[in-house]
Amino acid sequence: MAETAVSNHEGDHQTSTGLNHRKMLMWVFLGSDCMFFATLIATYLVYKGKSLSGPMPIDVFSIPVTTVSTFVLLMSSMSMVLAYAALRKGSLKGYRAWMLSTVILGSTFLGFQTFEFYEFANHHVHIDCINPGELTDYEQGLFDKNCKDGVDYYDAQHGLTPKTNLFGTTFFVLTGLHGTHVTIGVIWLFSLFLYSFKKGGVTPERDLDTDLAALYWHFVDIVWIVIFAVVYLFGVFEGFPS
Amino acid sequence: MVTENIDNRTPHNTSDAASHADHPTAGTYFKVAMALCILTALEVIAFEWFEWLSYGIIPVLGILSVIKFYLVIQFYMHLKFDHKLFSTLFLTGLFLAIGVTFALMALFRWFHVS
Repeated sequence: MAETAVSNHEGDHQTSTGLNHRKMLMWVFLGSDCMFFATLIATYLVYKGKSLSGPMPIDVFSIPVTTVSTFVLLMSSMSMVLAYAALRKGSLKGYRAWMLSTVILGSTFLGFQTFEFYEFANHHVHIDCINPGELTDYEQGLFDKNCKDGVDYYDAQHGLTPKTNLFGTTFFVLTGLHGTHVTIGVIWLFSLFLYSFKKGGVTPERDLDTDLAALYWHFVDIVWIVIFAVVYLFGVFEGFPS
Repeated sequence: MVTENIDNRTPHNTSDAASHADHPTAGTYFKVAMALCILTALEVIAFEWFEWLSYGIIPVLGILSVIKFYLVIQFYMHLKFDHKLFSTLFLTGLFLAIGVTFALMALFRWFHVS
């Protein structure tokens, strides 16, 4: 069975390079997608700190929550590669199990992102005017403006949407398009999972279909590796001199 | 002459199939996943506890991200074991992307210290 698993992709035709054209096309697409995300990340960085009004990243980001969602996406990459390895070994049962777990982990990541977007859009500011404690710059501005004599606390909704400020626009476009990529990946992987129940649909000899989906899925993962470091950690690091 | 060159090429997918045989084991994939988790934890630790690094956090986060990026493309995306042309195609796009990013940031005077 192992010998079968490493055989050529079924149904391939002669190519001038000796390499599969579909796989080459996928790598070209991933290379071009790098440029797509690079422009969005660069735009986020260029406009970082240029918003005229809040909320700012430090007001809304929750690094512990994003760290957990990052962990979930990294684990989905591992289960994806194990699904591919199971297929190459000829274990369709293992393939289905790992594919399903990848779909579940990918959906969980999307759940985290939906939760995050909802929290941002409904961001609530509560300031104790008598004993305010440590405030961010944005909260300090609200404190100065609203905490007049006789006011005990200030409580209002200051949601972040793509229309709120430059941070909102660049953040939602970048992470929203990444989320769209994840959604497409989840649908693709779930389709392969369902297709594996059709007799002859997914076989070790036809592993290229899964290979291409896996490449796409891992690419989504590496884009998130960059977004997590550049947008989240770098975005709210408090050690920079003011 | 061109025809002769094409005819002398490796038979279809032979190199592809040979490289597939070198794919890592499930144990290696698990180790890479653990390494990715540890590196992510290091990023968060540096972010939370090393405020004194100031601008030094940029290379720290950059290096940790590059290592994670490298592990995924080499082991999970099998670039380490696949044909070099795939690496060339992807890395060309990647380096162009990095160039575009720095060019745009320079254009908007991102590196300018006032």
